[in-house]
Amino acid sequence: MSGTLKSLSAGFAVALTPLNLALAAIGAFVGTAVGALPGIGPLNAVALLLPLVYALKLPPESALIVLAAVYYGGGYGGRIAAILLNVPGDPSSVMTTLDGYPMARRGEGGLALSITAIGSFIGGVGATVLMILAAPAIARAALAFGPAEYVALMVFAFALLAGVGGTRPAKSIAAAAFGLLLSTVGTDSGTGIERFTFGELELLDGVDFTVVVIGLFAVAEVLTLIEERAARVSLVSTPLGRSFPAIGQILHTLPTMLRAALVGFVVGVLPGTGASIAATLSWTLERRLVDRTGTFGTGDIRGVAAPETADNAAQTGAMVPMLALGIPGSGTTAVLLGALMLYNITPGPLLFIQRPEIVWGLIASFVVGNVVLLALNLPLVGLFIRILALPPWALYPAVVACAFSGVWAVNNSVLDLFLAIAFGVLGWAGKKAGVPLLPMLLGLVLGRLIEDNIRRALALSGGEVFVLFASPIALGLWLFAFGILFAPRLLQRLR
Amino acid sequence: MGVRHVAMTVLLSASMAMSVPGMAFQPTNPECIAGAAPGGGFDLTCRLTARMLHELGLLATPMRTVNMPGGIGAVAMNHIQAQRRNDPNVVVAVSTGSWLNLAQGKFGRWTENDVRWVGAIGADYGVLAVRNDSPLRSLADLMAALKTNPAAVPMGAGGTVGSQDWMKVALVARAAGVDPRRLRYASFEGGGQAMAALLGGHIQVFPGDASEVKGQLEAGGIRLLAVLAPERLPGPFASVPTAREQGVAVEWPIVRGLYMPPAAPDEAYRYWVEAIARLTADPRFMEERAKAGLFAFPSTGDAFAALAIERVSEMRLLLREIGLVQ
Repeated sequence: MSGTLKSLSAGFAVALTPLNLALAAIGAFVGTAVGALPGIGPLNAVALLLPLVYALKLPPESALIVLAAVYYGGGYGGRIAAILLNVPGDPSSVMTTLDGYPMARRGEGGLALSITAIGSFIGGVGATVLMILAAPAIARAALAFGPAEYVALMVFAFALLAGVGGTRPAKSIAAAAFGLLLSTVGTDSGTGIERFTFGELELLDGVDFTVVVIGLFAVAEVLTLIEERAARVSLVSTPLGRSFPAIGQILHTLPTMLRAALVGFVVGVLPGTGASIAATLSWTLERRLVDRTGTFGTGDIRGVAAPETADNAAQTGAMVPMLALGIPGSGTTAVLLGALMLYNITPGPLLFIQRPEIVWGLIASFVVGNVVLLALNLPLVGLFIRILALPPWALYPAVVACAFSGVWAVNNSVLDLFLAIAFGVLGWAGKKAGVPLLPMLLGLVLGRLIEDNIRRALALSGGEVFVLFASPIALGLWLFAFGILFAPRLLQRLR
Repeated sequence: MGVRHVAMTVLLSASMAMSVPGMAFQPTNPECIAGAAPGGGFDLTCRLTARMLHELGLLATPMRTVNMPGGIGAVAMNHIQAQRRNDPNVVVAVSTGSWLNLAQGKFGRWTENDVRWVGAIGADYGVLAVRNDSPLRSLADLMAALKTNPAAVPMGAGGTVGSQDWMKVALVARAAGVDPRRLRYASFEGGGQAMAALLGGHIQVFPGDASEVKGQLEAGGIRLLAVLAPERLPGPFASVPTAREQGVAVEWPIVRGLYMPPAAPDEAYRYWVEAIARLTADPRFMEERAKAGLFAFPSTGDAFAALAIERVSEMRLLLREIGLVQ
């Protein structure tokens, strides 16, 4: 342990040089900006910054620090549009809209932004501490998760979700089913056969999450505005209110954040999942654990803190398999892995022994990056909420324009733009019919993951369904899932 | 978007260098299209080529990389055919994976004869990895196990059934007289997850690429039954025998290269062929290429075109034999 502390303090010495601090600040700013714009994610930001990093001939530690700051910044930025505009910037901030947007409507947008910045910080730093304590051991334990265990984990997540749709279960189920259906579009991951692409090459990789979000939320909002002609009033009629949370509110939310940090970290370490599962799980878990008054989903401060904390913790967790085993846990870590390799650093079990200065410098820079991001984000909250002072007729078209150029820059696909418009019409119609749109997004995000893992498990077992319940981990998760679904009803009967 | 412009400006302001001397044609605003999202092989091909062409002074203006994901290059191919048939300033990343998809007719109506093949920048090679405690110790062990009961050897990799990763084991199975369609094969979301499944004991064999198994090999977490290369590979791979050494004539190079639009002018084509030939002959490029996990694969111009056309037709025959294509 003292060896670890010594390595860590050496790591801080690397991360705290003026050059590296300045780089972390720049990276944090770029990351937040890019994360806030729907359409461009941290993946693209990191990829775009790579050539710049080489052009400047930065040493590997500095390059990694700047890239890590961008990576985290994306997580901080993703919440801004989710809370203020109800437009989640990335899959992991879908859950944030549930409580964040109602808070913004009540004039508490600043409060939601501050508490999520604090939550993101706690998630990032908490997960880094867990990583320092036991990275290699955790990474090894995560290997016990195979396809069957992932299926059970996702069923568990779905079981927790049941009832989230609110008052009209049939409409929620229909929306979720439509999302699942959308997730089947594209090249089938098991056989490489095209499904529902109608000969369109641009659909080979499926329907992009960003395109759906921009359509369902931003474009649909514009259509509603046109219809209502109420475009002259601003979104928030109440005064903007205080934006920094009171100590009492922070203490009230702290247990939620700590639990979410743990959940997010554990889920993030698993190479087959990701931040969206972490955010979903922690929100639903918190609702089950602490929501006694039914305020989750109507603007509960804990409901907005949980997914954002878990999101950042999961991003940190995803670094564990990358550093300890050389296995990227997400698209962005895959790009970081590529960056490491270009510096002639082979991630894997030997990295901790061969290049400790890189590993501990990077881990220290996670902490430094999070501190910089918190310091950057809290004062900016006041600026961010000014967005809401804009009248909607100016705001939403601007968001759509921004999002469309983002999608175009990233995918170079005209079809994506038409799809976004089509989803806009769908979202508008859905709102009129009282169909919740969130289950659709979750179906799209989780559908592919769950289908792929079921098929992997069955491919390896030769079609033997029993394999899904064979391991103790999988069986335990299935039992939990059934318990959550049926236990309350059983208890009611018994009474 | 703005981000790309910032990156461009910085690159532009970097030192201006000379370009391929003695050529009449000079590209303006050159562009490399990577037919996948950042982080994959196409992206690597474009960014490595762009960076080194500029650093070595073979290209006066920096080349930008455009990501156009979809169908292992199918979307990029369609874009070139539909909109840029005679653009002299664009090159497109290509790999053995695209050739395999061309052979399966997955590039719409376009074939290997519809582009101008510029050259290879390097190659990776297929390997067959097992966990260090696996009872399988050689290619012969694997083939014997497959012969006894293919269902007892679960395997998996990043590609689908019919992909390059699958082809590696399918060819070995065929050599053992086992119908490749009886293999227990699962496709994962990228080689990293397949490696995790191998280390976790969820699969027994991982037909991956040399570059993606290097770290685990050096750490001793895995063993390689064979490299699917014509000769032994350098570095940590030196002690791993080729399949051919073990009496099995299976090779799977993953060639990474570039093509141009079908109606690109001859002088532009000659320029790019010359630029790639000079690039791949430069020791500084070789060093950077090795860092990216690629090995030498010298082949440009007519030779590369012949190779591409030959490989695609070979694959077509093979797929028909295996029964994946009618």
